[in-house]
Amino acid sequence: MLRALVANADQSTTQLGQKLGLSQPATWRRMRRLQDAGIIAGRRLVLDAEKVGFGVTVFLGVKLATKGRVSLEDFERAIGAIPEVQTVDHVLGLYDYRLRVVARDLADFERVLRRRIMTMPGVGDVEANVLLSEERRPGPI
Amino acid sequence: MLDDVDRRLLRLLQADPATSVPDLAGAAGLTAARITRRLDRLRQDRIIQGSHAIINWPALGYAVSVSLRITLDKTVARAFDEFIEAARAVAEVIEIQTFLGRVDVRLSLIAKDLADYQRIYREQVLTLPHIADIEALMTVATVKSDESLPL
Repeated sequence: MLRALVANADQSTTQLGQKLGLSQPATWRRMRRLQDAGIIAGRRLVLDAEKVGFGVTVFLGVKLATKGRVSLEDFERAIGAIPEVQTVDHVLGLYDYRLRVVARDLADFERVLRRRIMTMPGVGDVEANVLLSEERRPGPI
Repeated sequence: MLDDVDRRLLRLLQADPATSVPDLAGAAGLTAARITRRLDRLRQDRIIQGSHAIINWPALGYAVSVSLRITLDKTVARAFDEFIEAARAVAEVIEIQTFLGRVDVRLSLIAKDLADYQRIYREQVLTLPHIADIEALMTVATVKSDESLPL
């Protein structure tokens, strides 16, 4: 059921039940249980980003310059409030944070980077990698 | 191409892909029939491509999440293709991205615990073909995860 829903979350419980050989009520109950257990965290709409005007996705590694003097909570709140910043992960390793940023084009990305991200207190070394292709895998289920 | 109403519909659907047509109609101030027509067109133009369920891996016991940044040996002509094909066979790899930059490929890897991660890393990641360099970033906390586009 998880595999089917990861591939396509638009199908009705009737369609899903037919695929799995379950009745519609049984399918609904199982789906409900997966949601209640927090295993299904939600649904993500898949849009063609380029067709709606977002041609560039960049992954940024950010190192904080003055650790200990900058409040991580303040940094996280401020960076998370930027609409172009889609994901923020606090990481352990070469960088402190990993960001996924979308922009209309490279000029737009430069604007977001220079005006919104680099101006944030505590931001030190930043590494940018421009996304060329992406593939999501079903994972170990 | 997209007008304000389209953008509004896409914003609502990004926030909750399960929003019903009557709810969309109410929020956008249009009739249900007009909403249905617009949604059909957005799907036909492949602007809306569907939706996926999001799995909460920690709830299934996968507590560890690591971002592996990989540089490939570009002297080998088919390095990218062969690497990606082999990476697809690792069940714990949930994302594969290729980049223009210092990093060539990134793998998002999940594991049950550190011992499990170490086993996957040694037996299934380090054995992938054409790796020149590899760096690992371990996720401590996910602060924001919202892949909505700022339409």
